[in-house]
Amino acid sequence: MANLTGMTEEKRIKSESLWTISFRRMRKSRTAIFGIIIIILFTLVAFLAPFISPYDPLEQNFIKSFRPPSAEHYLGTDEFGRDVFSRIIYGARISLQIGFVAVFISLIVGVSVGLIAGYYGGWLDMAVMRVMDLMLSFPYILLALVIMSILGPGIYNAMVAIGIVYVPQYARIVRSSVLSVKKKEYVIAAKALGANDFRIILKHIFLNSMAPIIIQTTLSIGRAIINAAGLSFLGLGAQPPTPEWGAMLSNGQDFLRNAPWIATFPGIAIALLVLGFNLVGDGLRDAFDPRLHK
Amino acid sequence: MKKMFSYILRRILILIPLLLAISIVVFFMIHLIPGDPVQIMLGDKGSEEDVARLRSELGFDQPLHTQYLKFLGNLLQGDLGRSIRNRNPVIYEIRAAFPATIELTVLSMIFASFIGIAAGIISAIKQYSLIDNLTMVGALLGISMPVFWVGMMLMLIFGSRLGWMPISGRISRVTDLEVITNFYILDSIITQNWAALRSTISHLILPAITLATIPVAMIARMTRSTTLEVLNQDYIRTARAKGLSEKVVILKHVLKNALIPVVTIIGLQFGSFLGGAVLTETVFARAGVGRLLINGILGRDFPVIQGAVIVIASFFVFINLIVDILYSYLDPRIHYS
Repeated sequence: MANLTGMTEEKRIKSESLWTISFRRMRKSRTAIFGIIIIILFTLVAFLAPFISPYDPLEQNFIKSFRPPSAEHYLGTDEFGRDVFSRIIYGARISLQIGFVAVFISLIVGVSVGLIAGYYGGWLDMAVMRVMDLMLSFPYILLALVIMSILGPGIYNAMVAIGIVYVPQYARIVRSSVLSVKKKEYVIAAKALGANDFRIILKHIFLNSMAPIIIQTTLSIGRAIINAAGLSFLGLGAQPPTPEWGAMLSNGQDFLRNAPWIATFPGIAIALLVLGFNLVGDGLRDAFDPRLHK
Repeated sequence: MKKMFSYILRRILILIPLLLAISIVVFFMIHLIPGDPVQIMLGDKGSEEDVARLRSELGFDQPLHTQYLKFLGNLLQGDLGRSIRNRNPVIYEIRAAFPATIELTVLSMIFASFIGIAAGIISAIKQYSLIDNLTMVGALLGISMPVFWVGMMLMLIFGSRLGWMPISGRISRVTDLEVITNFYILDSIITQNWAALRSTISHLILPAITLATIPVAMIARMTRSTTLEVLNQDYIRTARAKGLSEKVVILKHVLKNALIPVVTIIGLQFGSFLGGAVLTETVFARAGVGRLLINGILGRDFPVIQGAVIVIASFFVFINLIVDILYSYLDPRIHYS
C-alpha cells in the first residue's frame, strides 16, 4: 500500500506542468514579488487617481507657482502653480495606458505575423521576415521617430509608433516557436485528424509559445513606458497640459536650476514603474527557464 | 582564411539590398503623410506660388518611380536636398552635426565597455557578495531609468549645484577653435589647441555618462552571466588544478572566453547609443544628428528628416556589419554559412 502511495506521489510530481513549476519558482523570487507589488501599487494609484490626488492636476494657481515640496504640496508646484504630486498620480494613468496599449498593438500584430509566417513558410515567410529584418535595422527610437514624423505628434500616435516598433520582436519569437513545434508529432496528429489550420495554430502552436511571449510582454511594457516618455520629452508624444511624466520632465528642464523638484519626481516615478516591470520580467525569465529547473 | 574572406564579402553584399530598402522607406515616408506633404511642410505661411515651387523642387509633379530613381541618384551623389527651413543643403547640416554625434557615441561606448565589463567580472567572481548585489541592483536601475532624466539629474548635480562641468553645447563659447574636420577633439589635437581640447572633453563627460547608463547596465549583466558560465567549465577547473594563480586564470582563461558574447552585446548596443544620442543631445543642447532630426520632425522639415534618418540607419547597419565580422574572427566556432 505504502509503495503504491509512493508511486502516485512520484507520478504527481512528474506530471506537473512547466506552468505549475514556473509559478512556484516565481512565488519564491523575492525580487519578482517586489516588482509585482510596485506594478499593483501604480495600477491602484492610476485607478484611484480622482480619489487620492489632493489637487486637480490641471488647476492653475499662479500665486502658488514654484513652491518647493511642503506639507501642503508634497512634491511642490510647477510654474503654473499646479501640484506636482497630483500630476504624477494622474500621469500613472497615462503611462500605464500607453505601455499597455502600445504592447497590445505589437502583441496582436507581431504574434499574428509570426504565426502566419512560421506556419505557412515559403515566400510569405520570406517576404514578411525580410520586412521585420528591415524594421530591426533601425534603432528603436529612430524607427519610432520615423513613424511619428509620418503620423504627426500626439499621444495616440506615440502609442501606435511604439506599438509598431516592437512588432518584429514578437514576430521573431513566435515564428521560431512555430518552426520548432510545427513538425512535432502532436501537430502532425492534429492535422491527420482533420483539424483546420486555425485550430492547429491557436490550440497547438500558439499555446506552446506562450512562455516567451509573456516574458517579452512584461519587459516590453517597461520599455514602451520609457520610450513614450522619451517621445513626450522630445515634444512629440503627450502635449501640454496633459500630466504625462515625459512631458513634465521636458517642462521641468527649463526650471532645473531654481525648481529641480519639477523634473526630479516624474523621473523617479518612471524609473520605479519600469523597474517593477523589469523585475517581474527577469523573474518570469528565470521561472520559465527549463535549465534552471531542478 | 579564404572561407572567412568569402563570408565577409557575402555580408557586404547583403548590405546593398538592405541600404536600398532603407532608401525606399525613407523615400516613401514623405508620401505616407496624411494630407498634402507640401502644405504640411510649409504650414500656414506658404503662398500658392511657394507650394507650386516646392512641389516641383521635390519632384512631386512626376510619377512615383521617377521620383524615387531621382532621389536615389541624388543620394548616391551625396545630394540630400535642401532644408525647407533655412534652405541649406541637408548634406552640409549633416556634415556639421555628424562628428558631434560620433564623438559622443564613441566616448560613451568606450566608457560603457570598460565600466560594464569590469563590473560584470567583479560581480561574477564575487557572486552573491555585497558588491555583486549592489552591482546587479545598479544595473537593473540603469535599464529602468529614462536616459534624459539621468542627464538632467547629472546636469543638476555636477553642473548647476557643484559647478564642475559645463551643461550644454560642444565647446565653451570663449574658446577659439579652428574647425577642420568638425571632430572637435581631432581639430584641437591637430591645431595643438589644448584649451579647446580640455573644453571639448569637459563638455563631453556628462553627456557620455548619460548615454552610457543603459549600455553599462546591459554589458555588466551580460558579462556577469557569461563569466559565471565560463567559471563552471572544465578547463577552468583544470587551469586551477594545475596550480595557476587566480589572476592568470581570470585574465587568461576566463576573460578571453567570456568576452566573445559581450562583444556582440556591445555592437548591438550601438543602436541604442545612436537612439539614446537623440535624447542626450536634446538634454545637453549638443548640435548632433539626433538634435538635427528632432528639429526636423518638430519643424516638419522633411528633407532634413530623410537625411538624418538615412545617415543614422546606414551607420547602424555598417556598425552591425563590423560586429558580425569581428565576432566571426573572435569565435572560430562560427560557420561561415
